[in-house]
Amino acid sequence: MKMTGAQAIVEILHREKVDTIFGIPGGVVIPLFDALYGDKKLNMVTTKHEQGAIHAADGYARSSGKTGVCIVTSGPGATNIVTGLATAYMDSVPVVALTGQVPTASIGNDAFQEADTTGITRPVTKHNFIVKDAAELPIILKQAFHIARTGRPGPVLVDLPKDIITAELNFSYPAEIRIPGYNITVKGNTRQIKRVMEAIGQAKRPVLYAGGGVITSGASEELKQFVKTTGLPVALTLMGLGGFPGTEPEFLGMLGMHGTKAANYAVDKCDLLIAVGARFDDRVTGKLSMFAPHAKFIHIDIDPASISKSVVIDLPVVGDAKHILHEMLKYAKPLKIKEWLKEIENWKNSHPLTYNDDGMLHPQYIVEQIYNVTQGNAIITTEVGQNQMWAAQFFKYTRPRQLITSGGLGTMGYGLPAAIGAQLANPEDTVIDIAGDGSIQMNIQELATITQNQLPIKVAILNNGYLGMVRQWQEFFFDKRYSATCLKRDNRCPEVCCNPGPQCPPYVPDFVKLAESYFAVGMRVDKKEDVESALREAIRVDKPVLMDFIVCPEENVTPMVPAGAPIRTMISSKEDAEKYLLA
Amino acid sequence: MEREYTIAALVENKSGVLAHIAGLFSGRGYNISELSVGETEDPAYSRMTIVVKGDDQVLEKMKKQLNRFIDVIKVWDLSNLPAVHRELILIKVKAQPAKKQEIFQIAEVFKGKVVDISHDTLTLESTGISDKIEAFINILKPYGILEIARTGRASISRGFGKGSKTNG
Repeated sequence: MKMTGAQAIVEILHREKVDTIFGIPGGVVIPLFDALYGDKKLNMVTTKHEQGAIHAADGYARSSGKTGVCIVTSGPGATNIVTGLATAYMDSVPVVALTGQVPTASIGNDAFQEADTTGITRPVTKHNFIVKDAAELPIILKQAFHIARTGRPGPVLVDLPKDIITAELNFSYPAEIRIPGYNITVKGNTRQIKRVMEAIGQAKRPVLYAGGGVITSGASEELKQFVKTTGLPVALTLMGLGGFPGTEPEFLGMLGMHGTKAANYAVDKCDLLIAVGARFDDRVTGKLSMFAPHAKFIHIDIDPASISKSVVIDLPVVGDAKHILHEMLKYAKPLKIKEWLKEIENWKNSHPLTYNDDGMLHPQYIVEQIYNVTQGNAIITTEVGQNQMWAAQFFKYTRPRQLITSGGLGTMGYGLPAAIGAQLANPEDTVIDIAGDGSIQMNIQELATITQNQLPIKVAILNNGYLGMVRQWQEFFFDKRYSATCLKRDNRCPEVCCNPGPQCPPYVPDFVKLAESYFAVGMRVDKKEDVESALREAIRVDKPVLMDFIVCPEENVTPMVPAGAPIRTMISSKEDAEKYLLA
Repeated sequence: MEREYTIAALVENKSGVLAHIAGLFSGRGYNISELSVGETEDPAYSRMTIVVKGDDQVLEKMKKQLNRFIDVIKVWDLSNLPAVHRELILIKVKAQPAKKQEIFQIAEVFKGKVVDISHDTLTLESTGISDKIEAFINILKPYGILEIARTGRASISRGFGKGSKTNG
């Protein structure tokens, strides 16, 4: 069948069962957007910034398990999605980004809106392509979707020169493809799996540590069955939250820098650590040489390059977590680890996550109330920093794809556009962006996208007037020198100030008025007793709502493992930090 | 222990692949000390020989990262296998008419060839393993080296042994 490149792209999006695309048009992609115009099978969501488009596609993918699609123009359109590609790459999210490019004859001539997109995006994509022959367009797009969603998923970019978009081609779409350099090991080695089960059977103090791979592979049910059969204690990474229900007794909490004491002590003391779909990130391990110092390591991961990347692994199993856990279940039996579980139970009981309950409005309380009011059912997106850590600590995630957060790259400004994707993929769910007052301003323009698409997203800004996480580090490790972290600060303030108070200039912007100017509902809450009713009202109204919670300005995320310290070293205050620095 | 490793990689013969692989090494903090690339018996593929410094663990990581890259078809570590390594050098030396005979003789010992001659220069070609090439350069130094062009090594395993295309 003869058609143009643009028509072929639309046809392929249909065949790949894409129903929602995010993007912004521009010069070279006008013919592509023309082909999309009025298409009934594709909901074209136009964001206000390309970064919003790529994060929305990412949030759509994370919350649904489908592949997110984003279309932007050449040059600045493409460079604006680089952060979003890196975000998706770090967290293994399947996204296909289509970027316009100047006509092939102009490439290399510094043409208007030209950028070397494949060159720029190489280190932040799983793979990228530039189409130089229209006849290859279908096969390249087929490969792009295949690579994005299989194995360890990731973003794939396809750069589309304008003449390719407008060229005529004979369309045929391959049902299957073979990519010689791309082989995925799905099934785990049977003998290795038996060795793993032997090691688990012999361990006296085993801990299972699961990450985002469990969610990506859809292995939550298998993990739950495995844990219920064996009685293994489970710690989760930030990316793994929801992969095992946070309400179950085997759950130790998140581990790592802002993990629970129970999780970190258990990992520190364990004699066998079973990592599933996790990658021993530095925020998890702390000081590498002192991570789980008594443990033998088992690592189950689909990416061979993850094995022994930082921690040297004793027993690796390469393959898909779902498949391997399913196999492991065949040999699973209850473990005799009563003593160990008692020790863990003691840590859990004596070190719960807490905060100061002094009647003031603490951000942790708001997260708890979000959990209560939504009965733990909402999809939570987060920005990055303290808000993200409190959202991880004080909301009990019970199902996969419930927490949508930028873990690896730590992209501030992620949560609001990600909520757009999550809400579009899950129209029946309540979607709440737990935000900081710093992060939310990094993609605040997407409030317009939310209103225009009638998405009833709720934004809960934990407004402490600071770039809170950086301020916390400054308080702990930089002698309270709040350099560039105060968001109320204006040019009349003293050069040096670490005393937030009534003398401070007014906050800019007024978030309530800002919400209203985007035709969203704006609310401000500064008292603890008003939190619950505000949340109930926000969820009741079928509209986007932005809640500005004025919280204690100098609240800290605790416990905290200082960067580079072993994870058993957990501090909770400036005094602790001073002791740690002296020791 | 830090040492030198020779890795051979069969890759897609497409534009951008070289930049991609070079970027992969620099992005992860590995240093390439030699690199040579050329088309193979199948024009769809190129073969790269990459020489890197590091320890066994670093090498293992590099191989995994290379394998992970979709345009890489196969990776061999030829460091500890029976393999043939060759690099090529073109070396231009000062050669007054009176000195030419002497330099010819040196070239002969190194199985070098004279590829260009002018009134007061000689350009020699030699191939071999790195040590031989180094020795060749050193012995020519006193005559005055004007220019050197040197390739990275190209390496291939011996026979049908391990590390050959037909045997893993």
